Amino acid sequence: MIVELGHFALTLALALSLVQFILPLWGALANDEPLMNVAGPAALGTFAAVAFAFLALVHAYVTSDFSVLNVVENSHTLKPTLYKISGVWGNHEGSMLLWVFILALFAALVATARHTLPLRLRALTLSVQALIAAAFLLFLLVSSNPFTRVNPAPFEGQDLNPILQDIGLAIHPPLLYIGYVGISISFSFAAAALIEGRIDALWARAVRPWTLTAWVFLTLGIAMGSYWAYYELGWGGWWFWDPVENASFMPWLAATALLHSTVVMEKRDALKVWTILLAIVGFSLSLLGTFLVRSGVLTSVHTFATDPARGAFILGILVFFIGGAFALFAWRAPLLRHGGLFAPVSREGALVLNNLFLATACATVFIGTLYPLALESLTGEKISVGAPYFEATFLPIMLPLLFLIPIGQTLAWKRGELLGAAQRLMGAFALAIAAGLAVIAITEGGPVLAIVSIGLGFFIIFGAVSDTITRCWPKGAQLGVVWRRAVGLPRSAWGTTLAHAGVGVVVIGIAASAWSTEDITLVKPGGRVQVGPYSLRLDGVFPRAFGNYREEVARFMVSHHGRDIGALEASKRLYTTRGMPTTEAGIMTIGLGQLYVSLGDNEADGAIGLRAYWKPYVTLIWLGSIIMAAGGLLSLTDRRIRVGVPRRRIHVAAVPAE
Amino acid sequence: MTRKQRRLTLIAAGGAIIAVALALVLTAMRDTIVFFRAPSDIVTMDIKPGTRLRLGGLVAEGSIVREPGQRVVFVVKDANHAITVNYTGMLPDLFREGQGVVAEGVLGPDRRFTADSVLAKHDERYMPREVADTLKKQGLWQHTGDADPAGATQ
Repeated sequence: MIVELGHFALTLALALSLVQFILPLWGALANDEPLMNVAGPAALGTFAAVAFAFLALVHAYVTSDFSVLNVVENSHTLKPTLYKISGVWGNHEGSMLLWVFILALFAALVATARHTLPLRLRALTLSVQALIAAAFLLFLLVSSNPFTRVNPAPFEGQDLNPILQDIGLAIHPPLLYIGYVGISISFSFAAAALIEGRIDALWARAVRPWTLTAWVFLTLGIAMGSYWAYYELGWGGWWFWDPVENASFMPWLAATALLHSTVVMEKRDALKVWTILLAIVGFSLSLLGTFLVRSGVLTSVHTFATDPARGAFILGILVFFIGGAFALFAWRAPLLRHGGLFAPVSREGALVLNNLFLATACATVFIGTLYPLALESLTGEKISVGAPYFEATFLPIMLPLLFLIPIGQTLAWKRGELLGAAQRLMGAFALAIAAGLAVIAITEGGPVLAIVSIGLGFFIIFGAVSDTITRCWPKGAQLGVVWRRAVGLPRSAWGTTLAHAGVGVVVIGIAASAWSTEDITLVKPGGRVQVGPYSLRLDGVFPRAFGNYREEVARFMVSHHGRDIGALEASKRLYTTRGMPTTEAGIMTIGLGQLYVSLGDNEADGAIGLRAYWKPYVTLIWLGSIIMAAGGLLSLTDRRIRVGVPRRRIHVAAVPAE
Repeated sequence: MTRKQRRLTLIAAGGAIIAVALALVLTAMRDTIVFFRAPSDIVTMDIKPGTRLRLGGLVAEGSIVREPGQRVVFVVKDANHAITVNYTGMLPDLFREGQGVVAEGVLGPDRRFTADSVLAKHDERYMPREVADTLKKQGLWQHTGDADPAGATQ
């Protein structure tokens, strides 16, 4: 019964979202206030309906209702409850439902943020958002209904793909989807501005928190996904330049650019058309990512069961929204009043450079990801574009951008001075050089690029910190003054510092991988393997069974300079329902580095094959990402965003109208 | 700076970055792209030894030979031809005889292939798409799922 209600709720949500699309749009065009006011309640209604449908599916999973096809295919009674819940989005239908759920959630949040948004803008934004929701709801109902029944119901499900039975599935997709789908709000805002034919600093201020929220979650989602692939796939890598990874990385690059261009728009009333374009491109890339992942047109380490027939539907949605948005852009963008130009050497000049670099970097990833598809459809030739391409194109574009971060942050608005900025950054630069020299001294040489990158990472961190210090600490000031200044500094400034420092930390973590060691070897029980500075002794191999799998565990004792520091277990599992084997890497975090052991095949003489890595400072990659996201969150708590300045202006404007 | 100069600076900066990026992309495309080939392609196309390729097909039944030191020799075949592959290292969990595989590596002079990475499928319902396409073209396609009724209805 609940399942039928869930299905019905989806249909209801489609109807409500059509109401939410048509009435407010009509209201905005006819300047009819009551009609525009329909947007809010309609958005809340759509959200309630979609949330009900989502919970109905969760309920079917938790109670193992095997009369539902989706549950049969992806669940099993023996599966732990957490994985029963996460299994909801571990498949095509469920993950699309999660997608729509988050879409509706964002619309509902915009609907409740009524005090910070002008009525027309809110109505138009929600209207566009509703159109997106309607398209995906239709997709769900027509081609990917998660509530399809099977008759007769089997006694047991087919279990979820073992690779997905992991805490990673519980966390990664929701985070990533909030980021992916969150950009839809920026898109809807942009479309609303185009329909209205008006855009100003107010718009930038209204859009910024939504972009920032999406960006924070996208950052966390990508970082989490990277860590999950790292420990689950057992290949020791944390980024493969895989099409599906790129699909999430491109919106991130666009969102990062958008984040910076809205700052320019808010402060200097410039870059308007470009910002609108970025918002459109950002969400287009999200849609493209959804299409690439869900349609199965790409071969990827992340591709699970897919169905090309559905791809055509998503492709239709993709073409409709991207084409529609660009058409709207071409038609209406000339109406937008252009902002002024500005001096190349200034904060806004640096932010423009930032946007140029990010957009170009995003374009190189785009070309590398889609070129194989284009070539295959044109000539039938199958090629693969792998990591070497991205290392040869993306990295050279990112390095100058990274170097520019502290400089841009130090330049003043309107008219900056390169010389002054250089003087203020001298300290940070000297410290970074010192750090690079220290690395050379400690490691007895390493690749030049890695050493330079570590120096660069430190330069970004010190530069971010020194900028904050100079702002709080005028020459010869007393501590009380410094404290008051530090407290008085807007939270968004602290957020910027933290986020940029996080970038520096990530850069150091990536550069440190030049010193990681890898060994493929054989070891017999009682034998030893030396990995970097650590020694591993194989204590034994024993079988173990747990819930829906049984495994062969190899237990190692890790020692450093003859002193035992702990045990490490790596295993090979067999998931009995699907008869599918998986390899579970054994990971031990020592300081900021990690020891990583993945098992291979057994040899005839009792020895086991293993691949062992020592990865110094590797955790900095993910810690740095978390610091970046924390910076974004801190910035979200800024007074300007919390208070919502536009309210007073609306109020003032409303008085003479009466 | 006049308005015109400012605009020119902006355009020049943008143009320079895009030009550099374009040059990088074009060189990288020439040097780093790897073509996908089926065993029959390797035989019929007369590919030069030393070329980097992605070789895809089915792992021939009974062809997997495990040697000491994690070395593996196996045969990748399609409808008409077969190529022997040498590989050292860890094989994917779902690497099995009679199933689809994509190996990336270098073709030797004796038409033996030395792989440095081997990809199998990720899920028992899923086969590397290139392999599936080749097999379909050669009329060899069959659903390889292990008696998976729901998979067949999808």
